[in-house]
This record gives sequence, structure tokens and C-alpha cells, in this order.
Amino acid sequence: MAEATLILNAQAIQRALTRIAHEIAERNEASQEVVLVGIQRGGVPLADRLGKLLGGIWNHTVPTGQLDVGMHRDDLDRRIAPAVLPTVIPFDVTGKTVVLVDDVLFSGRTTRAAMDALNDFGRPRRIQLAVLVDRGHRELPIKADFVGKNLPTAPTESVRVRLDEEDADEVLLEKT
Amino acid sequence: MSWNRKHLLDIESLTVEEITTVLDTARAFKAVGERAIKKVPALRGKTVVNLFVEPSTRTRISFELSEQRLSADIINFTAEASSLKKGETLKDTARNLEALNTDFIVIRHSASGAPHFLARELNASVINAGDGAHEHPTQALLDAFTIRERKGRIAGLNVTILGDILYSRVARSDIWALTRLGAKVTLCGPSTLVPRVFEQMGCRVTYNVDEAIQDADIINLLRIQHERQRKSMFPSLGEYSSLFGLNKARLARTKPDALIMHPGPINRGVEIDSEIADCGRSLILEQVTNGLAVRMAVLFLVNGGKGPQEIAP
Repeated sequence: MAEATLILNAQAIQRALTRIAHEIAERNEASQEVVLVGIQRGGVPLADRLGKLLGGIWNHTVPTGQLDVGMHRDDLDRRIAPAVLPTVIPFDVTGKTVVLVDDVLFSGRTTRAAMDALNDFGRPRRIQLAVLVDRGHRELPIKADFVGKNLPTAPTESVRVRLDEEDADEVLLEKT
Repeated sequence: MSWNRKHLLDIESLTVEEITTVLDTARAFKAVGERAIKKVPALRGKTVVNLFVEPSTRTRISFELSEQRLSADIINFTAEASSLKKGETLKDTARNLEALNTDFIVIRHSASGAPHFLARELNASVINAGDGAHEHPTQALLDAFTIRERKGRIAGLNVTILGDILYSRVARSDIWALTRLGAKVTLCGPSTLVPRVFEQMGCRVTYNVDEAIQDADIINLLRIQHERQRKSMFPSLGEYSSLFGLNKARLARTKPDALIMHPGPINRGVEIDSEIADCGRSLILEQVTNGLAVRMAVLFLVNGGKGPQEIAP
């Protein structure tokens, strides 16, 4: 079994999200133009929480969607076909600032697929990227705008984000 | 939830988990069809040959559109306009198609087992779009998808398949899929077309229509497959219609929430009354819509490779 190190506990995750929410608010003065889109599956609960935090800062609800990138991946004929989860974007993204939300930023390929997938829903004014953990090892020229924690890792390690219910949340670094 | 197969040849060899994987994946593809841009790049750069040696309209069009919505390149091949008419064997036709570096072959053929044969001979992924009276797996998957979507489940439902069972590949595939998913399947039709031997597939066989449909949650009507019947299996269409056709009087004696399905093409006035085909309890056109989603899901799944499904986050 993998050896696991605790990187963030529930409180640290909550603090990181609160800071990211304030950074998003600081960067985007036109709050009505901002929508959040969580990337399946780890980004979805994070987008929901960021949406609530931003709603508190801005005093209005922030439209939040979810996006599965399975159909847009660049390795579909190399791996067993991924489980495709629901994509629900119940608003028009055209002209909006879309903040993509994911749990872990690694190669950047998921983010690329997400930007590609988002194109089919309209033409956003701009796309920003918020991640809970940036673990390095990028394979594409992609950089996050908002980062909860920068975590140096070895390529063989994996980062596990558990977002069950608030108190049990944790981020673990697993050596395999 | 995972799919390890390179081909979709039949339902008989699929596990419950594999069938469920297709249905779950199809749900996501149905949503693609409801968007303004109904296309995803999942099969970009891949080539699909639609090898329809036996005539087909709806299945062929459904596969074609599914492939286009997955961004694949498509070659359509029909028996009437091909070298099969000039005496070329299926094997040679297929090998020529493979020499074009095709990735998928969707085959409809009047001979049972033709897709299995191709799967053994070729490197491409083979999808069975109907082989003789053997199987029509994507039809069964779309039927299961439609039932699950409308009824919320399949296990425990009473499904009655009414009509020409003997010559129907849809019936065989439906029976495999639905019994495996836990439905109770009843077969009914003229005794010449519904032999008792089907009881070995785990079905109930009856020749009394009213009894067959009185407890049904789903009534699946099948067309008489004239093209496969070597001799007359019943006296006349008129007699078939009065004895086995679904009409208003019969429908009135079914459960009020029983739904009606038909794989098409429907013969109005034979197996189904015209007004019933168009009524609110008919799922016939939903089946067509869902067929697209299911075929996209199947192509997406057989396109998968051997590497691990999960990527290390």
C-alpha cells in the first residue's frame, strides 16, 4: 500500500479556498461577468465551494457549471475509455470570464482538453484557471492563475484530494 | 466502470457491468446531442467504414451521424453499389477496406456470424450492426437505455416482446440484455414464430396476447421479417393483425403506465394501430434519438486502448 503524507487538512483547504476566492474577486472587478466551471470530477465540489465563497464576497450568486473533458482528451486510443461524467453548463459562457476549477494541476493536458471542450459552449471573454494543488511537471504551456498550494513532487508520486464532507477533507501525497 | 473490448459483436458475451458502462456512457453522449454544437473530437483522425451488405436505412443513418458527431472520417459501403455484386468475397472486401487503414468497421450482413468472422480476420475494431437472425447489439443497448431512462430501472420490470421472434435479431439481443439486467421477459406471437425453445434463454413464452401484455411495463413490438421467412408462417397479415396487433382495445387492458416500443420500421395497421404508434405512451421516436447516443458511446468505448483508465492526479 502507498505511503501517504498529509499535505493539507480540512482547515488548510478551507483557508486556501477563501484566499483563492478573494484573489478571484480582486482580479475580476466586473463580478457579474464571472462564472465558475468545475472540471470533473475533483474540480466540481471545489467550484461549488468557491461559488458560495464568492457569492458571500459579491452579494450575488455566481453561476457554476461542471465540465467533463473525457471526450476531448488526447490519449483516448491509448487508455481504457474514461468514465464520462455529466457536463452541465446552464448558462451562456460567451463574453464571460470563465474560471476553470480543478483539484490538481499536473501535465496541463486536462486543462487543455477543458479549454477545448468549453469552446463548444461559446466564446468566453477570457478563461482563468484556479487549482487547489499545483504539483508541477507541466507538459504544455499552461499556468494557473490561482493556486491553493504549490507542491513539489516526483513524477512517480500521486496527489490524492479527498473532498467528502467539510471535516474529512484532506490532500495527501502518496508514494507508490 | 470500464470497457476492455475492442469489438462489439453481440450482447450474449457482455457482462452486466459492461452493458451498464455503455448505458452510463450513452447518457453523456445524449447530452452532446442536445447542445448547439453537437460534435466532439473523440474520434478525430479515425476512419470508420460502414459496410452495409444488407439494406438498412435507420441503423445506417444512425451510425453515420454518430460517427460524424465523434469527428470520424467515414466511408459508406452498400451491397448494391459495390464489388460484392461482382463476386468479391466478404473477406476480400474487408481486407481491401483495411488496406485503407480503417480503424472501425460497422457491419450489417444477412449471414449470422459475419461480424465475428471479420473480427478474427482484421485488425480493425468491428461493430455488429445486425447479422442475420443472430444479434443486433446496438438496438438492444438503445432499448435498454430507453427503458432505464423512462422507468428509472430495468431490474424487476415485465417486458413483453410481441411479434416475429424467430427471425428477429432484435429479439435475441433484447432478450440477452434485458434478462441479464434483471427484467422478466415474456415472448408472444404466432406459435410458428415463437418456438418454445426460447424458454431456454430465460423467457416466458405464451400465445395469448391479452395475457402476455396485461402485466407488462414495456411492450416491445416487432415487425414481421418477411425477407427472412422462407415460407408463410401465418395465414395472412389481416389475421396476424387481429390476433396479435396492438390496438386500442388491447391497450386499454394493459397497465396505464405501460410503454410501447418498436425498433422500426413500423407497419401501421399490422403489428401496431396507427394512433397507438403516435400516442404519448409510444417511445418509438425516443428510441431513434437514443440510438445515436448509444452508438456514439459504443464507438467511444471500443476506441479505448490498453493503458490504465485513471491518470495519476
